[in-house]
Amino acid sequence: MSYEELLTQTALANEQVIVMTAENRALVRNLPGILGKRFIDTGITEQTMIGAAAGLALRGRTPVVHALAAFLTMRAFEFVRTDVGIANLPVKLSSFIPGFLSDGNGPTHQAIEDISIMRGIPNVTVFAPADEDDLVKMLPQIWESKSPAYTRINTRKTSYVHEPFTPGKAEVISEGSDVTILTYGLLFEQALIAVEMLKSEGLSVGLINMRSLKPVDEQAILKASAQSKLVVTLEDHFLIGGLYTIVAEVLLKHRTTANVLPMALNEKWFRPTLLPSVLEHEGFTGKQIAEKILGYQTAHNQPQILTPEFSE
Amino acid sequence: MITVENNNYQELTDTALKVREHIIRMSTDGGCFTGASLSAVDLIVYLYSSFLNINKDNLNNPDRDYLFLSKGHDVPALYGTFAELGLLEKERLKNHLLLNDHIYWHPNTKIPGIEFHSGSLGHLPSVAIGVAMDLKISGSTNKVVCILGDGELNEGTCWEAMLVASAYKLDNLLFVVDRNHFQANMRTEDLIPLEPLADKFEAFGAAVKRIDGHSFAELDEAFGAFPFQTGKLNVIIADTVRGKGLPSIQERADRWFCNFNADEIEQLLLELHGEHQTTLTSETLVVR
Repeated sequence: MSYEELLTQTALANEQVIVMTAENRALVRNLPGILGKRFIDTGITEQTMIGAAAGLALRGRTPVVHALAAFLTMRAFEFVRTDVGIANLPVKLSSFIPGFLSDGNGPTHQAIEDISIMRGIPNVTVFAPADEDDLVKMLPQIWESKSPAYTRINTRKTSYVHEPFTPGKAEVISEGSDVTILTYGLLFEQALIAVEMLKSEGLSVGLINMRSLKPVDEQAILKASAQSKLVVTLEDHFLIGGLYTIVAEVLLKHRTTANVLPMALNEKWFRPTLLPSVLEHEGFTGKQIAEKILGYQTAHNQPQILTPEFSE
Repeated sequence: MITVENNNYQELTDTALKVREHIIRMSTDGGCFTGASLSAVDLIVYLYSSFLNINKDNLNNPDRDYLFLSKGHDVPALYGTFAELGLLEKERLKNHLLLNDHIYWHPNTKIPGIEFHSGSLGHLPSVAIGVAMDLKISGSTNKVVCILGDGELNEGTCWEAMLVASAYKLDNLLFVVDRNHFQANMRTEDLIPLEPLADKFEAFGAAVKRIDGHSFAELDEAFGAFPFQTGKLNVIIADTVRGKGLPSIQERADRWFCNFNADEIEQLLLELHGEHQTTLTSETLVVR
């Protein structure tokens, strides 16, 4: 099932759902014809769209709103915080091309602080699916909840079949005593590759798909920290404010510590080019991840990385 | 096909044709915003050739004019113009989207001649205001041009900028709207109608001219009259055609972002010179 099919099914089953976009229709192209007045395109007006979504939610609606991640979270930030966050309204933010998915657009379009700023707003929940299968397993519960929610939309296809989703619970893919990789979103597919390479090098490796970044699965983080010699936080996000920060907060809260290797963007935007080159240049291919953990080069072959379709 | 309207503008016409060739060649291997670039070509070529005091020798001189490309998607038109006017080596255009250069879908200051990064809409009208304010404070007679897309006018900050520029009587500032009547894959008037646009700008305190953005004679007349009203923000609405020069993509909502194959590129170059119309086989954006 695709994002659009799921949204269509959800909106047809629930008259209260309103689909909104700030003129980003890549994933909702069929919905104007299907939903009629329940589809609202406000043009390139992210702030007004969020304010209007709050108004619709005041009337009992559940708006599912769409825009590029950078503009949805940053252009409209104060509207999300003030109109959605303070009022604690069930507005569901669906962000396009978050993280590395903005590939050749440049820093203006890079949302690599979105997790940080969205999770900083009281009441707002934050989610990052690993791929399309994960996305369609997570969204029904995200949309059913009465909380405001921010979701990094990721429609890439991997061969992995995910478990059912519970908000606040991570998906433990494997457990290991040498290293556990904690990740979310797009980099899950590279983490799967890295895990296989690490295992063939003789390591006992764990992998956790975080899925829900707020609320976060504290027990999963604590367990991984206790049983693995090394914990890796892997994310297409700034080092500050994302998963590395979340892990630090959880360990400190529980008065413990761990040997943590962060892989994130440290005080820099990433080099704009097509996605496979972005990953290679920034050191986030499965092979590069594995070799950074190992501390030496290997003879493993990096599988081809597919270039995403252009998405406004 | 680009028709030669007037021999007096032969050089500009020739340059614009070459810039359009560059844009077509950049519309592959990842693609670019071809249509929005083609609508802005004549405007940008005119500005750099005949209006702005900007050249390869004064790019860092504070005593120069400024151009801010706010809509951003049209940066291939700017790079093509830079290549033709000697601000950028032509060979570098082949580096589009590659790691060995900084030529990608939106403008950035690693390319000499780009004054500010853009792509997030509605930012550069305000940055341009700041520069224009300082030129006034410093007693400079230089001028600032900011090119906006018509879709970009949805963003509220464009209208805040109009209010502020009018309040501060910034008659050294010129907003130019590339009015190609499309935003992404919709006609502007079918989504968030803008007309009567000149009346709106005038109501915000601006002096406004509306011209054919593909006519060098009209561009010459309008820009030649700048400032056409002192003590006011000046605005030129340049009516343009998205995809101008290529009938096979012109005004087609589904040919906003183009990523052509090698055969299509060769055919489109012939089409630009009026030799035939291309049959496009590459995928379009799905539009409904």
